[in-house]
Amino acid sequence: MRVNRRLLFKSLAAAGASAVAGATAQGRARPVAPPDALGLLYDTTRCIGCKACVVACREANATRPDTSNAPGRLWDMPMDLNGQTKTLIKLYKSADGRERSFFKAQCMHCVDAACTNACPLGALKKKEHGIVSYDPKLCIGCRYCQMACPFNVPKFEWAKTFPKIVKCELCRHRAAGASLVATGGFLRYPAGKGPACAEVCPRQAVIYGTRRELLAEARRRLAANPGRYVPRIYGETDAGGTQCLYISHVAFEKLGLPKLSDRPVPEVQEAIQHGIYQGFVTPILLYGLLGAVIFRNRRKAEAQEGRAGKEGGP
Amino acid sequence: MTPSDLRREGPGQAGMTAVDRRDFIRVCAMALAAVGLPYSAAAKAARALAAKKLKPSVIWLHFQECTGCTESLLRTSHPAVSELILDLVSLDYHETLFAAAGRQAERALQKAMKENAGTYILVVEGAIPTKEKGIYCKIGDRTALEILREAAGNAGSIIAIGSCASWGGVASADPNPTGAAGVPAILEGRKIVTIPGCPANPYNFLGTVLQYATFGTLPELDEKGRPRFAYGRTIHEHCPRRPHFDAGRFVQRFGDEGHRLGHCLYKLGCKGPATHANCPVLHFGEVTDAWPVGIGHPCYGCTEQKLAFRAALHETVEIERPTPPDTYAPIRSRQGRVSPVATAVAGLVGGALVGAGFMASRKLGGKPPAEGNGPGEGA
Amino acid sequence: MREEARTLGGPILTRPFRVLAALILVAAILIVWRLVAGLGATTALSDAYPWGLWIAFDVVTGTALACGGYSMAILVYVLNKGRYHPLVRPAILTSALGYTVAGISIALDIGRPWIAWKVPLFVWSWNLNSALLEVSLCIMTYTAVAWIELSPALLERWQKESRLRKIAAKARAILDRSLVWIIAFGLLLPTMHQSSLGTLMVLTGPKLHPLWQTRLLPLLFLVSCIAIGYAAVVFESTLASVFFRRPRETEMLAGLSGAMVPVLGAFLAIRIGGLAIRGRLPLALAPNRYALAFWVETALMAAPLFLLLPAGRRRDPGNLFRAAMMMLLAGALYRFNTYLLAYRAGDDVHYFPSVPEFLITVGLLALEVLGYIVIVKLFPIFSGAPRRAVPT
Repeated sequence: MRVNRRLLFKSLAAAGASAVAGATAQGRARPVAPPDALGLLYDTTRCIGCKACVVACREANATRPDTSNAPGRLWDMPMDLNGQTKTLIKLYKSADGRERSFFKAQCMHCVDAACTNACPLGALKKKEHGIVSYDPKLCIGCRYCQMACPFNVPKFEWAKTFPKIVKCELCRHRAAGASLVATGGFLRYPAGKGPACAEVCPRQAVIYGTRRELLAEARRRLAANPGRYVPRIYGETDAGGTQCLYISHVAFEKLGLPKLSDRPVPEVQEAIQHGIYQGFVTPILLYGLLGAVIFRNRRKAEAQEGRAGKEGGP
Repeated sequence: MTPSDLRREGPGQAGMTAVDRRDFIRVCAMALAAVGLPYSAAAKAARALAAKKLKPSVIWLHFQECTGCTESLLRTSHPAVSELILDLVSLDYHETLFAAAGRQAERALQKAMKENAGTYILVVEGAIPTKEKGIYCKIGDRTALEILREAAGNAGSIIAIGSCASWGGVASADPNPTGAAGVPAILEGRKIVTIPGCPANPYNFLGTVLQYATFGTLPELDEKGRPRFAYGRTIHEHCPRRPHFDAGRFVQRFGDEGHRLGHCLYKLGCKGPATHANCPVLHFGEVTDAWPVGIGHPCYGCTEQKLAFRAALHETVEIERPTPPDTYAPIRSRQGRVSPVATAVAGLVGGALVGAGFMASRKLGGKPPAEGNGPGEGA
Repeated sequence: MREEARTLGGPILTRPFRVLAALILVAAILIVWRLVAGLGATTALSDAYPWGLWIAFDVVTGTALACGGYSMAILVYVLNKGRYHPLVRPAILTSALGYTVAGISIALDIGRPWIAWKVPLFVWSWNLNSALLEVSLCIMTYTAVAWIELSPALLERWQKESRLRKIAAKARAILDRSLVWIIAFGLLLPTMHQSSLGTLMVLTGPKLHPLWQTRLLPLLFLVSCIAIGYAAVVFESTLASVFFRRPRETEMLAGLSGAMVPVLGAFLAIRIGGLAIRGRLPLALAPNRYALAFWVETALMAAPLFLLLPAGRRRDPGNLFRAAMMMLLAGALYRFNTYLLAYRAGDDVHYFPSVPEFLITVGLLALEVLGYIVIVKLFPIFSGAPRRAVPT
């Protein structure tokens, strides 16, 4: 019995050690964006806050205007992304009013997205062009994606009897079947098939193209206007990189973009899970060990009771 | 005799024939621009129409109407323009403008219908009564219904000008004692161009007719037969006071500060958000701001059957498609709600349970009774 | 020497039964409303707090409370402490009922329950990276396993009745042969998912306050689950003795609490040690509610340690009960804090469960208690004879 208990504790310790080791080892390669990854580049210095993108997004996605915050329900004025709003223009104003910036909120389409890691049946999954896509047929409405996303992007239709998760999908439903064509330095769809927000923006404050092209454009702008921008592209490496990028004249935290390390959000959790469950080795070993121990103990108990002349059995 | 013939010979029409070709093209350009055709079309229109045989025949019927649409067509700041208009088409029957009357007029109508069978443009102004076989409007002892049906039989295209001809207008206001109806309701199944408005903006009519006369096509129509170039948007969508609406600057009472500053008239009952028309961009009588909102009165929806003569003048209307205001969402907003009731009840119940547990544990304290012997203790 | 387990007997439709049934009825009506009107209308959940009472309490804490079966199985079957055997069946019953109620809570909480059947069946859609997939599959399986582990008790009774005798006998035979492997499964599964309940919150990354966010979350959840499991057994056993007028099992419980001490110690060591190594202890001194919550949680976990350390004090039933209560509260609070308090999706976000959320939770708990009472009266769960007619 002693041997068994010692063996049990040893193997438990080994399993624990392998889990911790798995969690610390960088054995897992970091995902990279696919070469044709589609994304957006938003430049705060060009945005005039006209909200044409918000209206275009509504029309392209057939989402209803949100008048719940409007006195007399006269205006479409959501305070944040929600179950009927996939993009929104927010305004940052410093306390003394001197510093201002608009900010366009929508899904970041992370290269290594937390939401796709979280979703049990893969309802959220990176599909063509690396777009984080939503399939309601596989969604159980567990809302783990909402917990996981560091940008708080996925929203839920709380008021509906048959709710869904709602978020920007870069208008992939419009692109169905179309192919990217080189247009003015970027690979784009024919008009009407790309992201509606980027197509309608009158100032090209938000543009779309492949991630590579957008990064190049962003770098070009930063280099050409050294004093104007914060010298960094948000989304280049943040959280392992995102496909929707930002360049800004004010600090990114002021715009509500969280300070994140270069490590993708799912990395730690995946290390733990894979460390323990890789190939189901640990669970199977543990199972075998437990079975053996219990079997041994039962045998012993039966033998004891047999000796004492009493019937046994659990 | 047609009005065109009369014009050449009639008295008091000084300088008629000395009309400038440039003016002519200018008017064509204006009318065609309203339809959305390019400036180059104006020269083409002028050439096409100069050839007299291409002037389309227009038969203009009047029924239950105030003649406002005709008057609006003639009310221009430049008398010469109305003449030019009359020169672009062959106005073969028009009760208001006819010098003739009685049987002469009737014969002119029959002649025009026979000679231009299949090609004439039938313009209808005014509603058509339907109750009691339509006896409430009779011309020459024939009901409006009969006249319309006969005229429509051989018409090349049919245009209903004004709200009355489009859907019944003021004549159809509750309780509609004459059963007044618009042309589309009478001539079911036929393609009718409707130019609602009370009055209709003359340039909407002109643009449509000119396009037809020049190119033989009608402008794109919506499901009610209204040309989209004029009725495709609501007043709200291109109103000059829209920035005031978006900023929440409303007139609360006639004559107040906001009214003097030209603020939005929505709260006074402006029907702009639900009314399809192009009044904000095409004013009346060629006078800037000569339209209701322009002079400070809320729109009453004269083109819309559901609103004009039906909805209360100062009752607000729902916004069809709300758009963002000119304010912005903050970077961080408050989310979630905490019910004080739930908090209070939860606190009380939770506290009570924990307290009860501790009280109970006191009773359990001390030496336990020997197991299996004697009565157990209840709590 | 092993005492036969026997049914408790006694009337079913007692007053407590009626009270519990009323609570369940209220919850049932609210459940229908929740299914028809949606989550927004019945709960205080929002995009800022997508997981609330039902997840944090009903599922995460509830399954931990139901881990009495798990903890007892470790003691009795792995560590071979046969003398605790009489505590096993009641603990397994609690596990079976507790996990079933947790399963109902999950079904209620998810927004699209009509897709839930795809989770165990759509193997090709499984996202093997998802900790939540693993948790849900494990919980589904363990619920079944718990009922199977309980079935010998149910079959014992049915074997005595003529109609089901043959089937029961056959089933019993199969069970007897495979019980070892079922029990082993019943030990493996909670180890997996109770720790994964901790891993779930690792994914929230920076949204979880650094006093709670750590790679050690799975370990902490597992250890605290074992501790809660024991505490639950003490708690239940004491209550059952009192309400069913049964003999106290203080001797066994005293021994059990001896096992709790090292587990509590391990938890505290890992928790505080982990914070110290990462230099986060100063956060516990900040004047805000996070620090306060941390201290309350830690104090509630440490106090039972001191209450149970002296061997003599373990025999005092009052002391045992108080210590068990504190451990339960500590474990629950640790889970609440990890899932609710420490999770911040923004600066101005708030959540407190609504009245319907509470009432449904209460109703489900009532269902669990009711099930427990009815089953112990009808089936041989408790060992040792009652001394007189049972009023509850």
